[in-house]
Amino acid sequence: MNGHVTRSRAEQAEHVVRAVPDPEMPYITLGDLGVVSAVTVDADASSAQVTLLPTFLGCPATEVIRADVESALMAEGWDSVTVELRFDPPWTPDRITARGRAKLAEAGVAPTETGGPRSGGPGSGPVFVELGAPRSGVPCPNCGARETRLLSAFGPAPCQELRRCASCAEPFPAMKAAT
Amino acid sequence: MTHTETTHAEVRAHPGAAQHARPVEKPVEEYALRLGDDALVFSHRLTEWLTRAPDIEEEVALANIALDLLGQARFLFSAAGQSTAQDEDVLAFRRSDREYRNALLVELPNGDFAHTIVRLLFFSAYQCALYRALEHSADAGLAAFAGKALNEVRYHREYAAGWTVRLGDGTEESHDRAAAAVEELWPYTAELFAEDELVTALLSEGVAADPGALQAEWSEQVGAVLAQATLGVAPTAAWRPGGGRVGMHTEALSYLLAEMQSVYRAHPDAAW
Repeated sequence: MNGHVTRSRAEQAEHVVRAVPDPEMPYITLGDLGVVSAVTVDADASSAQVTLLPTFLGCPATEVIRADVESALMAEGWDSVTVELRFDPPWTPDRITARGRAKLAEAGVAPTETGGPRSGGPGSGPVFVELGAPRSGVPCPNCGARETRLLSAFGPAPCQELRRCASCAEPFPAMKAAT
Repeated sequence: MTHTETTHAEVRAHPGAAQHARPVEKPVEEYALRLGDDALVFSHRLTEWLTRAPDIEEEVALANIALDLLGQARFLFSAAGQSTAQDEDVLAFRRSDREYRNALLVELPNGDFAHTIVRLLFFSAYQCALYRALEHSADAGLAAFAGKALNEVRYHREYAAGWTVRLGDGTEESHDRAAAAVEELWPYTAELFAEDELVTALLSEGVAADPGALQAEWSEQVGAVLAQATLGVAPTAAWRPGGGRVGMHTEALSYLLAEMQSVYRAHPDAAW
């Protein structure tokens, strides 16, 4: 066994993990969602260790993701797979790749723009109590208009919120911002 | 040996009967257990709103918040059970009411929607201050967890603050209901900021959050929301119920646990 073979097995394992689709948003892979932190393999290349960063602590998809990653690697010939969940560094929407953002928009889910918290999100300062004001920074995935309103901070998945376009009036889910 | 004792011993020795949880060992584990119990018990209360919320958005919101709190409880229980090798299920389902360490605020039975909103405002503002402080905890696991959970509870606080203003500054009926909830729940908030030997010891090690600093931040934030909601200044009643951190609870917790633990206790070794 030489170092080169082990190295390529590690890359192969990472490729398999990154290609697993998210169970709640199957149009995006775990790699593009940014939840894959590290993939390592043992020297004999028969067992793999995967570190994932869950989007939200109570996300019910986490257990499914763990099982999907295990079975994907087992199907590719790994004998034993361990999946560890870590919060450090925390997952934020900034971890979604450019391809992931395009896939989300294509599926009607507004991706969060990169570059830190967007204006008006719940921050560390005084409690934000303004209701329903239009905010820029989350363009409508249907017509592209920039002014959209928050309908509810809680959407179809823990990592999503519900918004409505001020221009075409279409409601749509959007990825939550980091705060 | 009396007949009763014999029967009790036999029941305990019965194969398959669930073993009772053992006390956690380290101070930091006891601390994590308190925070985990707060999160789990309030999660359960919020879950009771399913199929009963005023509209679908609120149903989804309350369920999402409950799910976030459940996820937080799971992590905190896994931290609490580390040195005694007890997993989250053992700590959640094999402890009696006297072994739960949650504050009384989160176990009180649900009232109307305003009651839930005001309780969520009080609790989420507390969790925001708590997790922000614990981001700098000397306990690395707790610090990483707090950084992650903070993002979630900020959304809870924003939701509760928005609804508190809407109800307080709404109709006469909604204002009166919100005001009644503030008056009922306010005395219970003192327990969240109570300092005892455990907190003092962990504070000196840089592990725990400073209750005094938490209360100052909390009062400022909650006060601002109540003012905007025309709910006035906080009540000044001297009555400050407590005891949850040492297992002295209201009977409401016993009913809650009886329901929550019933399936697990009926089928202790079940798996699927």
